[in-house]
Amino acid sequence: MTRALLGVELAYWQSTLIRVLAGLVAVLLLTGGVVYLYLFKFVSFMQSRLGPMEAGPYGSLQLLAEVGKWLQKEDIHTEDSDRTIFGLAPAVVLSSTFLMFVVIPAGPDLVIANLGTGIYYVLAVSSLSVLGILMAGWASANKYALLGGLRAAGQLIAYELPLVLAVLGVVIQAGSLNLQDIVAAQSGGSIFGWDGIGNPFILTQFVAFGIFMVAVQAELTQTPFDMPIAESELVAGYQVEYTGIRFLVYFISEFATAVGFAAVASTLFLGGWALPASWGLSDGVMHVVGPLMISTKAILLVGVVFWARFSLPRFREDQLQTLAWKFMIPIALANIVVTGVLKVVF
Amino acid sequence: MTGVLAASTSFAVPANVAFAVMAVFMVAAAVRVVTTKNVVHAALWLVVVLGGVGLNYLLLQAEFVAMTQFLVYLGAVVVLFLFGIMLTRAPLGVSDDLDNSQRRLGVVIGVLLLAVLSFALVRSFGADKLTFEAYDQGAEVARAVGENGRTQAISDSIFGEYLIPFEVTSVLLLAALIGAIVLARKD
Repeated sequence: MTRALLGVELAYWQSTLIRVLAGLVAVLLLTGGVVYLYLFKFVSFMQSRLGPMEAGPYGSLQLLAEVGKWLQKEDIHTEDSDRTIFGLAPAVVLSSTFLMFVVIPAGPDLVIANLGTGIYYVLAVSSLSVLGILMAGWASANKYALLGGLRAAGQLIAYELPLVLAVLGVVIQAGSLNLQDIVAAQSGGSIFGWDGIGNPFILTQFVAFGIFMVAVQAELTQTPFDMPIAESELVAGYQVEYTGIRFLVYFISEFATAVGFAAVASTLFLGGWALPASWGLSDGVMHVVGPLMISTKAILLVGVVFWARFSLPRFREDQLQTLAWKFMIPIALANIVVTGVLKVVF
Repeated sequence: MTGVLAASTSFAVPANVAFAVMAVFMVAAAVRVVTTKNVVHAALWLVVVLGGVGLNYLLLQAEFVAMTQFLVYLGAVVVLFLFGIMLTRAPLGVSDDLDNSQRRLGVVIGVLLLAVLSFALVRSFGADKLTFEAYDQGAEVARAVGENGRTQAISDSIFGEYLIPFEVTSVLLLAALIGAIVLARKD
């Protein structure tokens, strides 16, 4: 992109600045779209109601109204709270979310940084949000917040393992940690010699895909895994003392992480931005089609997450830990062994 | 690996500047870990120190090691520290009982450790020169091996040259794990 596009030669910092700004806009647009589409409308239709209808056509400007409302609120904290840590916590959670998007490719050259350790980097930075949640729970000086923070930490650590192990199957099959290489392996692959649709890894790694999506549901603390913010027991968990713009940061971070993990899942299992290489589309076309492909896939996968969220009741804490340690981790390990054996055999 | 680094620009000066900045932050944070009067703050200052170590790995272009540092130390070890502190006692504000009477011994051991480590490092690597050279990202070679080259080199040495130490370490960790369970379970 920096070399050929429009014949303009950009310095490294210029192209990086453009990439970061474009990435930020894309992430916020997708997050806003997902909130409107699923949190406002999809759930309303599932519950036989209309949802927001007043702000803008079909309530499409509702989100802007809500953001405006949050921005006006007074910044409150409890008297005993540790103000520095209390203020830093949302920033830690939000940076962990935004850093995730750095390596997710949306086209042949549309990626902020094409890191060699791509998917491993995503897992590493996404695990940092636990720190922010624990900080929030402790600094709020509220026992419900502390309980929520502890629950969240236990849950996120437990589900980090199946998440990593599920990804390993894909990494073994693609032979690379780099997300662009994983995309290329899928678009250039073939199913027993037939390359009409490439070889999306969901066909061979369907077990890993299932485990990944369940673990993502838990990492996002969406129902049925929302014990950290269980409203009937803990009011709102670690978020209970947050108001105004800080609450808004948690809100954005929650849904941006949903978009991020959905984009990662579509890159790993559904072919990412690429169309099958056998269709013979040029890089120029893919610069335009690629972002649309990955956005569509990510939005559909977020839809699956929210469908589960609005359909299932909450688990108990012990059921959640049992599911992770006794079922998902063994199945993920078995998947790795089978993948490894098949990789050597074929 | 050789050949990838050819015909690329050196970034020794920015690397040194970045290292100096990070080193100042890390030393300051490390001092705060032991001087702060709040247990949770100590654990959070430790995040700065361990994160700085990760950034140093990045500076040395050891991407995989850096990511492991972030995932294991920041995402798991410090989180478990915080988890343990908050499950037992995590008072807000200042606690006065965090200090003990072993300051002098601590200083002696600290200086001793610094001397031993410096000696070992200078003795082993004193003659080596670090080359801070950027990958030429446009080159076909870099596309083929460069981006994953370092990671592959690490996996080659873990599962080749250092296979036995690696396996022995994992058995050691397993022993520690079983030991912890035996100690913790009363029945």
